[in-house]
Amino acid sequence: MTIAIYVVLCLSAAVFILATAVRAVWYARAPLHLRWELYPVPHEAAERAAHGGSYFEQSAWWTRPAPANHWGTVKALATEVLFLRALREFNRPLWWRSFPFHAGLYLLAATVALVLVSAVAALSLPSLAAAWPGAVLRQLFRVTGVAGLILTPVGAAGLLHRRLTDPDLRHATTPGDLFNLAAFMIALTVLGAGYALRPSDAPGLLAMAVGLLTWDTGVRVPGLLAAGLLLSALLAAYIPFTHMSHFVGKYFTYHAVRWDDAVNRRGGAIEKTMAAYLTYRPTWSAPHVTADGVRTWADVVTTMPPDKAKR
Amino acid sequence: MSRTDGAPIAHVDSADLMPLQAPLDNPARERPWSPLSDRAKTQYECILDDTCAVSVPKPATKDEEAALVTAFLSGLDKLFTRENNWTFLQPLLLSMEHCARCQTCAAACHIFEASGRNEIYRPTYRSDIMRRLYFKCVRRGGMLSAWRHGDIEVNWPLVARLIELAYRCNLCRRCAQTCPIGVDNGLIAHELRKVFSQEMGIAPREIHDNGSMLQLKAGSSTGMSPAVVRDNLQFIDEEISERTGITVETPWDVEGADVLLIHNAGEILAWPESVGAFSLILNAAGISWTMSSELVGYDSINYGLWYDDAQFARVALKHADAATKLRAGRIVLGECGHAHKALSVVADRILAGERNIPRESAMTLLRDIVMSGRLTLDPARNSFPVTLHDPCNMVRLMGIVEPQREIVRALCPQFREMTPHGVDNYCCGGGSGFAIMSGHNFADWRFQVAGRKKLDQVLGAFADCLDPSTPKYLCAPCSNCKGQFRDMLAYYGLWEQNRILYGGLAELIVNAMTDVRPGYIEWEWH
Ligand code: SF4
Ligand code: SF4
Repeated sequence: MTIAIYVVLCLSAAVFILATAVRAVWYARAPLHLRWELYPVPHEAAERAAHGGSYFEQSAWWTRPAPANHWGTVKALATEVLFLRALREFNRPLWWRSFPFHAGLYLLAATVALVLVSAVAALSLPSLAAAWPGAVLRQLFRVTGVAGLILTPVGAAGLLHRRLTDPDLRHATTPGDLFNLAAFMIALTVLGAGYALRPSDAPGLLAMAVGLLTWDTGVRVPGLLAAGLLLSALLAAYIPFTHMSHFVGKYFTYHAVRWDDAVNRRGGAIEKTMAAYLTYRPTWSAPHVTADGVRTWADVVTTMPPDKAKR
Repeated sequence: MSRTDGAPIAHVDSADLMPLQAPLDNPARERPWSPLSDRAKTQYECILDDTCAVSVPKPATKDEEAALVTAFLSGLDKLFTRENNWTFLQPLLLSMEHCARCQTCAAACHIFEASGRNEIYRPTYRSDIMRRLYFKCVRRGGMLSAWRHGDIEVNWPLVARLIELAYRCNLCRRCAQTCPIGVDNGLIAHELRKVFSQEMGIAPREIHDNGSMLQLKAGSSTGMSPAVVRDNLQFIDEEISERTGITVETPWDVEGADVLLIHNAGEILAWPESVGAFSLILNAAGISWTMSSELVGYDSINYGLWYDDAQFARVALKHADAATKLRAGRIVLGECGHAHKALSVVADRILAGERNIPRESAMTLLRDIVMSGRLTLDPARNSFPVTLHDPCNMVRLMGIVEPQREIVRALCPQFREMTPHGVDNYCCGGGSGFAIMSGHNFADWRFQVAGRKKLDQVLGAFADCLDPSTPKYLCAPCSNCKGQFRDMLAYYGLWEQNRILYGGLAELIVNAMTDVRPGYIEWEWH
C-alpha cells in the first residue's frame, strides 16, 4: 500500500510537471502574432497607465523609449494572481467563491513546498531541522495545510452550488465542469478528513515526506488519509489536461497578447521573425486570397485579388 | 444551432429590449422593427434571428450543402495551422483552451445586455460553439472530449447560422477586458469571419465586394479614383474658404512632407466639413503636410481588419507604399478608429524596412497644435453641451484616451463625459463593419440592439438639456462611429426632436478659431 502511494504521488507529480511544461512550450512556440493588445496595459508610464493610455498618446512616440513601468506590471500581476482582481471587479458573487478556492490552492501548493523543504532539511541538516527553524517550518505548513484543506473544498462547493443554481452559469456548464469541481471537493475533503481523523500514532506530513524521499516502505498511512492522498495526486495529474491549467494560459494571454505592445523596429528581431513567416505557403481556398500552397504569404499579399474573385 | 427546420432559433421582442432613458422611454417614440421580407427568407439563409447580415444564398442541393460544410471544416483546420494562420494562432489557441465558463464577460457586452440578455448574443455563445468544433473537429476529440467540452452536431444549418452569428459581434473586445483568464470572444468572432472569407469566400458584400475589393481596384471603397478625389477636395477647399474667410488649399503629393494625412475617404463625401477643417488647421499651424493621390493612399479604411488577413495586409501595404513613395516623415491617420488600429497596431509587424514609416494619430497632432498656442481659440464659441464618444479601436484597443479629451476640455466649456468612458467605453454599435451594413432589416438590429447601449449613454450625458432649445454636440472622432450615429440619431428622431447633432473633433477646433467666421458648426442635419 505504502509503495502504491509513493508510486502514485511520484507519477502524478511527474505528469503534472511534464504536461504543464508541454502546454507552456506549445504556447511559447506558437508564432509571434500580429499585435492585439488591449488597454489598460500596466507597463505603460504611470501617468498614462492610470487612464489606460498608451505611448501612442505622445507625439513622435517612435522617438521615445519603450514604456517599462515594471512596478505597474508587478502590481497588476500581484493583484490578478493573488486576489483575482478581474473577477473581484467584474463578477463579485463568483469571486466570493473563487477566491477561497484559489487561495486554498496556493496554500496547498505552499504546504507541499514547505513539507518537502522540511523533509530535505530533516534528512540533510537534522540539527537545524530539530531546532527552531525546523519547528517554525512545521508550524507553518500545518497552518497552510489546514487552511488550504478548508478553503479549497469550501470554495469548490460554493462554485458548484453557483453553477447549479445560477441560470447564467447553469446554461454554460458542461458535465466536465461539474466533474472538475466535484473532484476538487471530494479529493480535498477526503484528504482533510483523513488528516484530521488520523490516529494519534499515524505518521504526520513530515514523516510521510521523509518516508517518500527515503522510500521507506515501513511508513503506515491510515486508509482515509491514503485515499485522500491518492485522489489529490490523481487530480493534480489531471489538471494540465484541462482548461484549469489557466495558470499557464494566463501568463500568455496577459504577457503575450493583452500587454504585448512591442513595436516592430526597422532591422530588429520582430522584422526578422516576420520575414520568416512571410515565406510560409498558405492554402486558403477562396479565390481572392490567391493561395495555392506554393505561393508564399509575401506573394499573396503583394498580389491584387483577381476581379470577381468572390463567391 | 444545428436545427434543420429552417427557422430562426432566436427572436428579440421589443418588450425584451433594455429600456432606454428619456426621451426614448416614451412608447410613442418606439420604432417598429421591420420584418424580414419573404424574398429574403426564401432566397437567403436567414435562420439565426430576426435579421440577416451576410445574405448567404440557400444551397440548391444537399450536395451543395455538404460541400459547404466540408469547406468550412477544412477552413477550420487551416485556422489552427501555423502556415495559414500565424497571424493570430497563439491568441486563438489560448482562447480555445482556457475559457472557465464563468460568464464574467456576459455583463460587459452591450449587445447581450441591450437585447434583454438573449442567449444567442451572449459573448460565449458563439465562442462555445467554436470551442466545441475545435475539440471535436480540429483536435479530433472523442466521446470523452464531448463530455468535457460539450458536443455539437455539424451540419449546414449550423454553419449557416454561425456565418450570421459571426456578424452579431462588434469586435469591440469589451468582454475580453473583463475576462479573468484573458479569453477573447471578439477574437473568436474575428477568426470565424476569416474562415468564412478566406476559405469559403463568404463575407458581407458591403465589406468585401464593395469594400476591400473596390478599394484595392479603384483606390477607395467610395469608388473615388485619384482624379475624382482631388476634384472633390478642390471643391471642399473652395467651399471651406468661402465659409471661413480663410483661403484653404489642400496640398497633394508633396515629396518630403513631414505628414502624410490619410482620411477615411467616406469623410470626403459625407462630412466635407471635417476634411476641410483638417486642411484649415494644418495650414494655419504651419505643418508640413500632404495628401496622396496614389491608389488607396487617400483612403485610410482597411476593412480586412474585420474579416480577412490577406485583404488586410494588401491594403496596409498600399498605405505604407503611398508614404514611402512621397518619402513622408510620418503617416497621420485622420478621424477613423479602425484605420488607426489597422495601420498603427495590427499592421505594425508586417511593415518591414522602408515601409515601416511611423504612424501617428490625428488626435495627438491636433492636441499638440491646440496646446501649442499656434491657433487663436475662443472656447466661448463652443458654448453648447458636448459629449465625447470613444471609438473602441482608437481607445480600448490602442490606448489613445487623453489627447482628444485635452482638446474638448480646453475648447468646450460644457463638456460632459459619458458613463462609463475611456477604455471602459461602449461601442457605438457600428463597429466591425456594421456601420456600413444595412441589408434587409439589419439597420433595425443595428440601432435597436447593437447601438442601444451607446444611445442610452448619449441620452444620459445630455439628460439635463434634452430640450430642443439647446443644441447639443456628440463628438465622435471616427468615421464609422459617425456613420452609426448619423443613422441612429435620425432613426430615433433625436436631431429633429431633441437637437442632438453629431460631428468630429476637428470641426470643434475650427469652430473655436477666432480668425474664422463664427458658426463653422452650422447646426444643420447632415
Ligand atoms: S470568456 Fe472569460 S469571462 Fe467569459 S466565460 Fe470564458 S473565462 Fe469567463
Ligand atoms: S467583442 Fe464586444 S460585441 Fe463582441 S461579444 Fe465581446 S463585448 Fe460583445
